[in-house]
Amino acid sequence: MTRIDAKFAQLRAEGRRAFVAYVMAGDPDYATSREIVLGLPGAGVDIIELGMPFTDPMADGETIQLAGQRALAGGQTLDKTLQIARDLRETDDTTPIVMMGYYNPIYARGVARFLADARAAGIDGLIVVDLPPEEDSELCLPAQAAGLNFIRLATPTTDDARLPKVLTNTSGFVYYVSITGITGAANAQATDVGPEVARIKAQTDLPVIVGFGIKTPEAAQAIAAVADGAVVGSAIVAEIAKGRPVAEVLAFVASLAAGAHRA
Amino acid sequence: MPDDLINSFMTGPDENGRFGDFGGRFVSETLMPLILSLEAEYERAKTDPTFWAEMDFLWKHYVGRPSPLYFAERLTDHLGGAKVYMKRDELNHTGAHKINNVLGQIILARRMGKTRIIAETGAGQHGVATATVCAKFGLKCIVYMGAHDVERQAPNVFRMRLLGAEVVPVTSGRGTLKDAMNDALRDWVTNVRDTFYCIGTVAGPHPYPAMVRDFQSIIGKETRVQMQEAEGRLPDTLVAAIGGGSNAMGLFFPFLDDKSVNIIGVEAGGKGVDDRMEHCASLTGGRPGVLHGNRTYLLQDGDGQILEGFSISAGLDYPGIGPEHSWLHDVGRAQYVAITDREALEAFQLCCALEGIIPALEPSHALAHVMKIAPDLPRDHLIVMNMCGRGDKDIFTVAKHLGFDMKI
Ligand SMILES: Cc1ncc(COP(=O)(O)O)c(C=O)c1O
Repeated sequence: MTRIDAKFAQLRAEGRRAFVAYVMAGDPDYATSREIVLGLPGAGVDIIELGMPFTDPMADGETIQLAGQRALAGGQTLDKTLQIARDLRETDDTTPIVMMGYYNPIYARGVARFLADARAAGIDGLIVVDLPPEEDSELCLPAQAAGLNFIRLATPTTDDARLPKVLTNTSGFVYYVSITGITGAANAQATDVGPEVARIKAQTDLPVIVGFGIKTPEAAQAIAAVADGAVVGSAIVAEIAKGRPVAEVLAFVASLAAGAHRA
Repeated sequence: MPDDLINSFMTGPDENGRFGDFGGRFVSETLMPLILSLEAEYERAKTDPTFWAEMDFLWKHYVGRPSPLYFAERLTDHLGGAKVYMKRDELNHTGAHKINNVLGQIILARRMGKTRIIAETGAGQHGVATATVCAKFGLKCIVYMGAHDVERQAPNVFRMRLLGAEVVPVTSGRGTLKDAMNDALRDWVTNVRDTFYCIGTVAGPHPYPAMVRDFQSIIGKETRVQMQEAEGRLPDTLVAAIGGGSNAMGLFFPFLDDKSVNIIGVEAGGKGVDDRMEHCASLTGGRPGVLHGNRTYLLQDGDGQILEGFSISAGLDYPGIGPEHSWLHDVGRAQYVAITDREALEAFQLCCALEGIIPALEPSHALAHVMKIAPDLPRDHLIVMNMCGRGDKDIFTVAKHLGFDMKI
């Protein structure tokens, strides 16, 4: 049982939905980013998605693109991203950390070495945008063998015929992408999302978490109400981009978490 | 796998879109269903005589194929060695090889019922070709072009706009060809249901590298026949410039199993292939990685971050290369070299002066390598270089480098 499985068991027992927060590691700089990440559990975040900066984030909108550029310009590396996770683990051994990003930085390190390093740093799962089921032998299967969850994205274009393929090697939870599009773009609509979540749940017992296009506490509540939880990324990253003090960023995160937890 | 254990170099990719370890389908889930349906549609079209009849008709009457195989006599005399032939794809409608491929993809898009076409472009040649064919078929066309390239290839930007395309200057990342491709992919993810992404080179997720190669192979097929007519035999050496590698793959592919034919791809060496990384020579100076849907050699740092290339030629300014080239490189079937900006500029001028042909900066790189090797080869050695584009678009850049004031 991974920390992710344990977290969902606990949420289920408490009858609560999950609130998942995404931040880009190293944005706007290493020290601030570390402080934000370490403050997320206290702000009510159930699962942390830690973005790995990449020069070519093809599925991300401008907000997260710029966050990655700020991080890289500040000297963020994979080692420093793992260090942030390690630092969180010194005080928190239950909040799951999922690393989210693109394959090349992982491939450049070497899959076996990356998995060992991620495990050692206390990482629980991976979301790698450019690895569909067709490429499972690259990282998905080795990650599961190493005891990490591999969380797959299901999208509005994943039809019923394809869904089993997407679900087969998924573990931890399923991340439903609420829109066809990039991060930070259109607003997710609970009326569209509800039936889609039901469609996925008909084929899996895994929790289904919804992300992309959720920007306010109200939206987090509405979406979480029709799923097992909601993810907010760009809206948090946008606050960080404004140069807000860490306490204000965390207060905003807390308002989003409260929204999702009202569902 | 060593060269002599491979029966044929022409059977790839496998069913997973791999050429050896290269290629694949590294895309987000949103795009995956579409890529699978494109692959299915292409497989159907490939064996459909009406598809090829339409292609042949348009290649002939719209593009002006076959392009000549031209014996460059004065250049040959000047170099004093091998006989140099040029495959004149710069004479195609729109001035480059790019339209060979665009026609195929747009006909496929029409078969799939897609009404909105997007493309990325570097030098603007692929953008112009796409805008042209979209105008001809009445399709909406959006071209993503790095802001830096919009500036250095201004004539092509205006051409695209005249042809009715919307040109979107890309400022994300550093505003170059790779960023244009990122933004095109972002558009595609957003508008996946009605949009067809017309990729301009042999890169991207499977089936693009194979599909674009197949459409560009008309170059090599014609060359085989034309060389047979001219010299009664196969050429000895093929030379082509490589950005993503589509004109090169098009010339090379039909000759891959002719062991007597030397195959040389020419990458952009920029200011020189060294630690400064001011070049675009992915094979000469890069490592395997994953970008834009495929595994291939890439310019990258130790942490897997992609580096910007550098070249005088906007069309070669890409930090990757088509996956089939990576495979041909690793198995040793083709050789890859780099030519610097300075060498390409010299070749550009020599071609103008000796042959009355103003070449694009991209094939000027291929020509520069021909200039290096031809003098030491015997007079009966037959070289074909791919004159894949004309230089009209580049005269401003060249004028600047030669210190010539264009204001009249
Ligand atoms: C004339 C010309 N040649 C070559 C290229 C590079 O592309 P490829 O290597 O795919 O042929 C371009 C790209 O814009 C071009 O315009």
